[in-house]
Amino acid sequence: MRRAVRLEVAKFFSTRMWWVLLVLMAGYMAFLAGGMGFAFTATPQDAGIDASDPLATARAVYAVGTTLGYVFPAIIGTLAVTGDLRHRTIVPTLLADPSRTRLLVAKHLGALPVGLAYGLVGSLAAVGAGAALIALGGGDPMLDSPDVWRTVALSTVALTLWTLVGVGVGSVLSNQVAALVALLAFTQFVEPIARMGLTAGLGDAGGRVAAFLPGAAGDALAEGSIYSLMSPGSLLTWWQGALVLLGYAAVLTVAGRLTTFRRDLG
Amino acid sequence: MTASSAPPRTPARLSVRGLTKHFGTVRAVEDLTFDVSPGHVTGFLGPNGAGKTTTLRMLVGLTTPTAGTATIGGVRYTELTDPARTIGVALEASTFHPGRSARAHLQMFAPAAGADAARVEQLLALVGLTGDAHRRVGGYSTGMRQRLALATALLGDPDILVLDEPTNGLDPAGIAWLRSFMRGFADSGRTVLVSSHILSEVQHSVDDVVIVAHGRLVHASPLAALAALAVRTVTVDSPDRAALTDLVTRRGWASEPAGAGAPGALRLLHVRAAEIGAAAFAAGVELHLLTEDAPGLEDVFLRLTGQTTGVAA
Ligand SMILES: Nc1ncnc2c1ncn2[C@@H]1O[C@H](COP(=O)(O)OP(=O)(O)O)[C@@H](O)[C@H]1O
Ligand SMILES: [Mg+2]
Repeated sequence: MRRAVRLEVAKFFSTRMWWVLLVLMAGYMAFLAGGMGFAFTATPQDAGIDASDPLATARAVYAVGTTLGYVFPAIIGTLAVTGDLRHRTIVPTLLADPSRTRLLVAKHLGALPVGLAYGLVGSLAAVGAGAALIALGGGDPMLDSPDVWRTVALSTVALTLWTLVGVGVGSVLSNQVAALVALLAFTQFVEPIARMGLTAGLGDAGGRVAAFLPGAAGDALAEGSIYSLMSPGSLLTWWQGALVLLGYAAVLTVAGRLTTFRRDLG
Repeated sequence: MTASSAPPRTPARLSVRGLTKHFGTVRAVEDLTFDVSPGHVTGFLGPNGAGKTTTLRMLVGLTTPTAGTATIGGVRYTELTDPARTIGVALEASTFHPGRSARAHLQMFAPAAGADAARVEQLLALVGLTGDAHRRVGGYSTGMRQRLALATALLGDPDILVLDEPTNGLDPAGIAWLRSFMRGFADSGRTVLVSSHILSEVQHSVDDVVIVAHGRLVHASPLAALAALAVRTVTVDSPDRAALTDLVTRRGWASEPAGAGAPGALRLLHVRAAEIGAAAFAAGVELHLLTEDAPGLEDVFLRLTGQTTGVAA
């Protein structure tokens, strides 16, 4: 098992993909956090934010990774599975260890440290750029508040778990292009629309369902995201959010094991 | 040119029993049964689409058989405790990420096969890739990928080597090297199963042949026994083709069109040129072509697999 996990980690770091996506993600999160930080502090009325609460403002800015940038770790997790099938490196992988269940477990264990690295870089990029532009906008970055660092830490955990959800997505949708399109479509369109639609159309009941969508679970886990600022009480607690994300990863992976990974491979 | 300095082991027998695979209506492999003896090089031969790759993929558990079993020393691949040390496999086509170098690819899979960095360098040198080892595999030729596939199969220093069409895309020097490598591997007491759609490319290095066509076994024997099946043929032509055909019919000789090499001529089977010449002389039939063909194994192979021999490939 240790050999299998080591192989999966080595796969991540032996092509250019990991740092290209890492740089893109860091830039994206820094841009979003910076933009939000400046807008919230320089023109809070336009942003619809109560500027009198600098802690809530800062946490919403620093959690932007889990609110909007989580697609990057999800992509990394997805590519870990679909890339193997696309380039047929699944063949030497399964020749070295033919257990497909062990392979999927190894993919998750191998994705953990990678996801953690992405989560850390993403969260710190958001804090760095966010804090700088909050200060520039005339606000208080609140970097001495333990609650802010709690959000940074939980946001890192959320991004790590999103990598595992990505592994699940890749094991169900074995075609790389289909998996990436589905991932982008779901996270960028389907979920945001469903989240608003459920709450708007079905009221409280719809809102309770929406809280279990993966993006909402990630927001809950990070605590203090922009969503909780706009509609307090609509999200789960942080640990419930973590369990929901883990649940998505587990259910998708089991589904993948019973479909893609039961067929002829390579 | 030995692959390792490990002491000789007693490799297990590969055993295929009633192996069958259907893809929808395509019967890729049908009730296939054969054995591969330890210490031998066995050629697994058949035309394109005969089911060779599918058989090998079932042997290593990548494809699930519709029926039947394939075992290594009585055990299925998926139940082997240390597959990389038992059996090294190079399947058809690229199984590399184009963005990795050959060295990175081997180093990545080395720990899983129990190999170290020195073994990786040794294998790169063995297959002649040392000079290109730092380059991305995406820029490799087919032959270079074949070499890398062989190196990957050898990582675990296995007792059994399974190579699927390893000569495809290989240059003549590479083919010659591969032949002597396989020979040396088997001479050290190990086992090789090598597939090809061209008998002549492996003919000089195999001890046994297993021949398949349309997913079915058509022949399995030592190579020497295959040679005994070679049919002696004579190509013959006459300006008076009607008279020649008449003579052939009267004598009861088996014949077939000689094909593209000699359009209009006849190829006569199981008969010597001298006998034909004498008969034609006696019958007053003028001949302007009378050639005894060297009995070729390739012809036997083509005949067994139902491919026409007359067409110049
Ligand atoms: N995954 C597949 N799906 C459908 N048909 C297949 C598949 N793999 C192989 N075949 C078919 O099975 C037959 C045998 O193929 P293959 O084993 O690749 O032959 P060979 O390696 O001897 O050239 C061919 O007709 C091929 O088209
Ligand atoms: Mg083939």
